[in-house]
Amino acid sequence: MNPLSAFDPERLFAHGSHGHGGLLGIGYVAHGADWCELSLPYSEALIGDPVSGVLASGPILALMDMATSCGVWLRHGSFHVHATLDLRIDYLRPATPGKTVIGRGECYRITRQIAFVRGMAHDGDAGDPIAHVAGTFMSMEGYR
Amino acid sequence: MSLPPYARSLGLIVEPGEVAPTYLMPFEHRVVGRPGFLHGGALGGLLEMAAIGALLQALEGEGEARIKPVNVTVDYMRGGRDKPTRARGSVTRLGNRIANVEAVAWQDEEDRPIAAARMNYLIVR
Repeated sequence: MNPLSAFDPERLFAHGSHGHGGLLGIGYVAHGADWCELSLPYSEALIGDPVSGVLASGPILALMDMATSCGVWLRHGSFHVHATLDLRIDYLRPATPGKTVIGRGECYRITRQIAFVRGMAHDGDAGDPIAHVAGTFMSMEGYR
Repeated sequence: MSLPPYARSLGLIVEPGEVAPTYLMPFEHRVVGRPGFLHGGALGGLLEMAAIGALLQALEGEGEARIKPVNVTVDYMRGGRDKPTRARGSVTRLGNRIANVEAVAWQDEEDRPIAAARMNYLIVR
């Protein structure tokens, strides 16, 4: 744990995100020593099923990739170029159309080269999640 | 087959195929993560669209069948560089209730994948 992390996710998202994060409209919600919460606002441009209006699963995957990545940087103590090695998502239920999705990513272990992460996504009630994730990141230079 | 809004947002172009369509994702600002590299989420989204495309083509003629994603596992093998990316899905098994689908994404050569995904779908007939 590193409560005085030099990595500040709020600053990273303060001026809006760029690239793919900008397309999705991902924003900062909260963070702690080894976790970060980001938001994915509902948008018609991200619909996967036009009949129901439910968001595609891809944007939720991207949200959780970013939230867990921030979790790694928080636990590590600084921003660090790394690559997603794998990410698994269980889609527990469809996101409710119109609602903002909140993704919470946590890094629960860092070794020399690998960071292990997990997380949950919900759309208003953390007790009724829409997705669960588990994954790993890899650092080329090593995390320590 | 018309693309859902999310696929259009990624800028995907469909190349029809006999067994499954191939999806082409141009390298544009909207799919970039860190400078010069594809975002892992955009790549995952492309793989999911490729898997869905393969499954829907396999289900063609069943009219009423709808699919629900149960889970996805994405393996990232190489960084996605500043060039077009293609992905195609293949249905490993099509059961009564569950379909197992794989999808592979590549840039230069199809046999040098940059990412792959394994997905389970619930089929509602």
